[in-house]
Amino acid sequence: MIARTFLTDDRRSAIFLGLLAIAAVVVPFCHLVFPPSSLLHIGTSSVALWGKYLSFAILALSLDLIWGYAGILSLGHGAFFALGGYAMGMYLMRQIGSRGVYANPLLPDFMVFLNWKELPWYWWGFDIFPFAALMVVLAPGILAFVFGWFAFRSRVTGVYLSIITQMLTYALWLSFFRNDMGFGGNNGLTDFKDILGFPVQAPATRAALFSITAMTLMLCYIVARYVVASKLGKVLVAIRDAESRTRFLGYRVDAYKTFLFTLSAAMAGIAGALYVPQVGIINPSEFHPAQSIEVVLWVAVGGRGTLVGAALGAILVNFAKTTFTSGILAPYWLFVLGALFVLVTRFLPNGIVGTFFDVAADTRSARRPAHAGSTSASGRLREAESEAPLK
Amino acid sequence: MTDITHSLLYLSGVEVSFDGFRALNGLSLDIRHGEMRAIIGPNGAGKTTMMDVITGKTRPDDGEVLFDRTNDLTKLDEAAIANLGIGRKFQKPTVFEMHTVEDNLLLALRGNRRVVHNLFWRRNAPDEGRIDQILGTIRLGDHRARAAGALSHGQKQWLEIGMLIAQDPKLLLVDEPVAGMTDAETETTADLLREIARDHSVIVVEHDMDFVRRLGVRVTVLHEGSVLAEGSLDQVSANERVIEVYLGR
Repeated sequence: MIARTFLTDDRRSAIFLGLLAIAAVVVPFCHLVFPPSSLLHIGTSSVALWGKYLSFAILALSLDLIWGYAGILSLGHGAFFALGGYAMGMYLMRQIGSRGVYANPLLPDFMVFLNWKELPWYWWGFDIFPFAALMVVLAPGILAFVFGWFAFRSRVTGVYLSIITQMLTYALWLSFFRNDMGFGGNNGLTDFKDILGFPVQAPATRAALFSITAMTLMLCYIVARYVVASKLGKVLVAIRDAESRTRFLGYRVDAYKTFLFTLSAAMAGIAGALYVPQVGIINPSEFHPAQSIEVVLWVAVGGRGTLVGAALGAILVNFAKTTFTSGILAPYWLFVLGALFVLVTRFLPNGIVGTFFDVAADTRSARRPAHAGSTSASGRLREAESEAPLK
Repeated sequence: MTDITHSLLYLSGVEVSFDGFRALNGLSLDIRHGEMRAIIGPNGAGKTTMMDVITGKTRPDDGEVLFDRTNDLTKLDEAAIANLGIGRKFQKPTVFEMHTVEDNLLLALRGNRRVVHNLFWRRNAPDEGRIDQILGTIRLGDHRARAAGALSHGQKQWLEIGMLIAQDPKLLLVDEPVAGMTDAETETTADLLREIARDHSVIVVEHDMDFVRRLGVRVTVLHEGSVLAEGSLDQVSANERVIEVYLGR
């Protein structure tokens, strides 16, 4: 049965990675090769839009890693996404150089506007891409490590941890609004020109960014899949279902949680960094708690603890969001979102992908009577969750 | 001063109180290398609190808790104590329900508990062999690929005992191993524990007197957080104060 579970899981991975690989090639091809008049042409806005969806999919994947496999419900994962986004935004700001409105070769426009005379120390080095790329991972990673170190060592769990994560992103939201912080305040960072010397708006750059996002999602998926399938992944599930039992076996629960939380935050940071050049702006609204809660929704809709489901949930919900927030349906989007959440938790508690694979697994075990019963992964997840936590 | 050179576990004058309630009241206990000891006592005698103190879940207010003469357990946390070689089986069977029987044993198997080690861990023959051997001992060989949550109550108890064996601790703390078991299962469990006791020190907390008799080991009676009597089961059940406490005379 283990072999069978792995087989299905790997088939699932293969389909998911295969589709992404195809998208990474076909979308840029259709965008660049076919003229806009052609039916096969994919427009600039569509490429950017789907690139955004894929960066959200990476964010959802990072949340599913901690929520689905270690039971850590972060309601502030948008903070790590936004930090990665700001790191990339700072690089893009420095690339503008003297092409800004005030033509200051060193200072971004908003600093000139605020009458700042010199670049704050924390902006140093962001003109160098490798440094900025490192910060994309390090800034959220270090914050998550420090946060996790304190929170998990003090054994803060469950709803208390969720509330603290929300406070974290709320505090950052308030801070980044302030002009004194030096991140552009309310307006954030925008008006980007170049990335690595290529114009951000150019079709070829957009196509490349889409491809890179798709490939990064593949890579993040492979990393996440490896982690949850490793023995460490088994320890994490053990922690999720019976934390104190795991401790009595000699595992340092706080170390495992901190490791996973940091990895997840770094992944969220990468997602943010890919989001910013495709959307063209990063501002404090990304830190807003509502954004982070939406991420939880994507994962719940797609299927918690399935990885693939989290990514698909992000794409699906955001596709729906784009559809509903334009045109006559615009005023009703929040109702749709609310209804979606209620309906999914009521009728598909394992999410779309989770339910689909449950049905598939049940059909298979029905065909093979040996050791039948509710042993499909998410079915058991449901059972385990309904049990009282070990005191 | 007791001679502690042969002690595996040495408790002296341990005090624990919760909001004014004295759960342990000058508890002293001395477990030798290779010894199996049964602990009995009415509800609220402090049996579970004693286990909590030994495994690091509860910090005593006062007293000494030494393991292997040199390790002060009052200064260590659960994971550190587990890694010193103290294993614990809970009263309510707590296995990892989502994991297979095999994976439950794998997680318990003695070895490196560090994050990085387990990230890059690979299946290997020695571990597999050890798991096979334990599956045989706990009579769950036919269930290795089943989810632990799908096992019967008795099987879960055995799996948890199997996880203790896998940990290969120097000292096993076993809390009410036969609660809710059928007579046949109780019999099997007694055999299992005697088997384990051949090369481990074991402390068994139990209510079931027939079961304690079947184990045939030295018995310590706890009452109101301290030791009331110690000796063979026949000795302690003849003790006036024990009869008083148990029968309320």
